[in-house]
Amino acid sequence: MTGSTKNTNYLLGSSIGRKFLMGLTGLFLVTFLLVHCFINAMVFFDGTGALFNEYAHFMGTNIIIRIMEIGLFAGLLAHIIDGLWLWKLNKDARPENYAYSQPNANSKWYSRSMGLLGTLLLIFLILHLVHFWVPSRITGLAESAVPGVHDLYAEMFTVFANPIIVAIYVLAQFSLGFHLLHGFQSAFQSLGLNHTKYNALIKTVGIGYSILIPFIFALMPIVIYLRH
Amino acid sequence: MKFNLKVWRQKNANTAGKLVDYTIDQINEDMSFLEMVDVLNDNLVRKGEDPIAFDHDCREGICGMCSMYISGRAHGPQHGATTCQLYMRKFKDGDTIYVEPWRARAFPIVKDLVVDRGAFDRIIAAGGFVSANTGQAQDANNLPVNKDDAEKAMDAAACIGCGACVAACKNASAMLFVSAKVSHLALLPQGEPERNRRALAMVAQMDAEGFGNCTNTGACEAECPKEIKLVNIARLNREYANAAFASETQI
Ligand code: HEM
Ligand code: SF4
Ligand code: FES
Repeated sequence: MTGSTKNTNYLLGSSIGRKFLMGLTGLFLVTFLLVHCFINAMVFFDGTGALFNEYAHFMGTNIIIRIMEIGLFAGLLAHIIDGLWLWKLNKDARPENYAYSQPNANSKWYSRSMGLLGTLLLIFLILHLVHFWVPSRITGLAESAVPGVHDLYAEMFTVFANPIIVAIYVLAQFSLGFHLLHGFQSAFQSLGLNHTKYNALIKTVGIGYSILIPFIFALMPIVIYLRH
Repeated sequence: MKFNLKVWRQKNANTAGKLVDYTIDQINEDMSFLEMVDVLNDNLVRKGEDPIAFDHDCREGICGMCSMYISGRAHGPQHGATTCQLYMRKFKDGDTIYVEPWRARAFPIVKDLVVDRGAFDRIIAAGGFVSANTGQAQDANNLPVNKDDAEKAMDAAACIGCGACVAACKNASAMLFVSAKVSHLALLPQGEPERNRRALAMVAQMDAEGFGNCTNTGACEAECPKEIKLVNIARLNREYANAAFASETQI
């Protein structure tokens, strides 16, 4: 009871700790998506792509942003590993399923499908990184009209010439939207922030975010496709 | 009323079980679900067959024994009720009704519909108590408790340990139960001395028993016969965070 140290791995060694990590990394990704969405939205305001290229250049070269990028990958990786681990642990907690069950009577399908929605997101993310992050950071891109500035917009223009790719990007936003529709408010609950004073705000912002951000993301490939 | 029943029959923990079909007739709509099973068992005994084993005790919604997963729901389709408080008028004449035991690794099947909920007792034994000797009942206003906290503690204390939250949860998580027990004591001055230790010990025991990790689907709250709220789970998360990362308490 006192003094002995049986279990001090409060983060990864306990169910609640694993959920703290899930909530923290989830909200971290939510913050990242907001910035990502804002910068990419520049394509709407300038058909030549110069404005977008300028913002992307800043994000790609600024030392602080580059260091944060490492944090982003670490956070994403932690979220994915913790998420898949939870999914496995939770499957094991019920080895034999009900022969007949009516889960829709007590919960939303997307709240029960976070692992599946997350896996769809993961598949999309790999494709997405191959499309843009790899050429931008590793294999290299052509220069734009501004010397020293990558023409990331031209890459977008090429990728979104293919309607199948456009469709995949749009569909992925549905996974994102539903993942967040549960995830946004769930993260606050996991962190213990369920409070009569703020619940309505968390709920409203969560729903707004989960609809608006995926919608804006979905619009990008469509708009660029239509510019061809 | 007439019903087609599909009831889970399983000899013991080590043999495989299966759903067995029964039909039952002349059921009064004001019978409770348990009384309907009583009639069915009576028929089985008369035929020389093994009656269906099921748990029950108070038959008035307070003991939490009558665990049955009925028509795909914990305690059946009646909101805020245990199986003993579920009446046959809730069903339609001729309905096919599935009856299964709670399914969770931490609740092993003993026989038919009876599961061993000893895991809950071990969680309580790990910290769901106050060890200070409280002596005789005190004068009501000796220990001032703010009305709001008293109400919340009372609501949490309504948990009867039935396990419907575990049964309904896709993760077989016991968080609603544990959060009710931790909240009940954390909100009252009597619970204060062991507050941190309690949160750590009960969560550690919950994990050791093999319950799943809460993913906030809300199924537990929707199916709880005592309408224990999800805010209790958030409170447990706060209690745990405080005990694990801010206090010096170790278990
Ligand atoms: C940009 C991408 C993503 C964002 C913004 C995001 C956001 C979130 C948020 C806010 C939560 C709620 C955390 C909580 O309940 O405490 C969550 C949970 C979860 N995420 Fe993600 N996520 C993303 C990508 C992924 C990926 C790629 C996976 C891959 C497997 C994944 C799997 C999960 C799982 C399994 C959960 C836990 C389910 C639950 O607690 O109900 N997520 N996510
Ligand atoms: S929280 Fe509700 S469902 Fe869970 S054990 Fe207590 S009374 Fe039963
Ligand atoms: S038999 Fe006691 S609650 Fe149902």
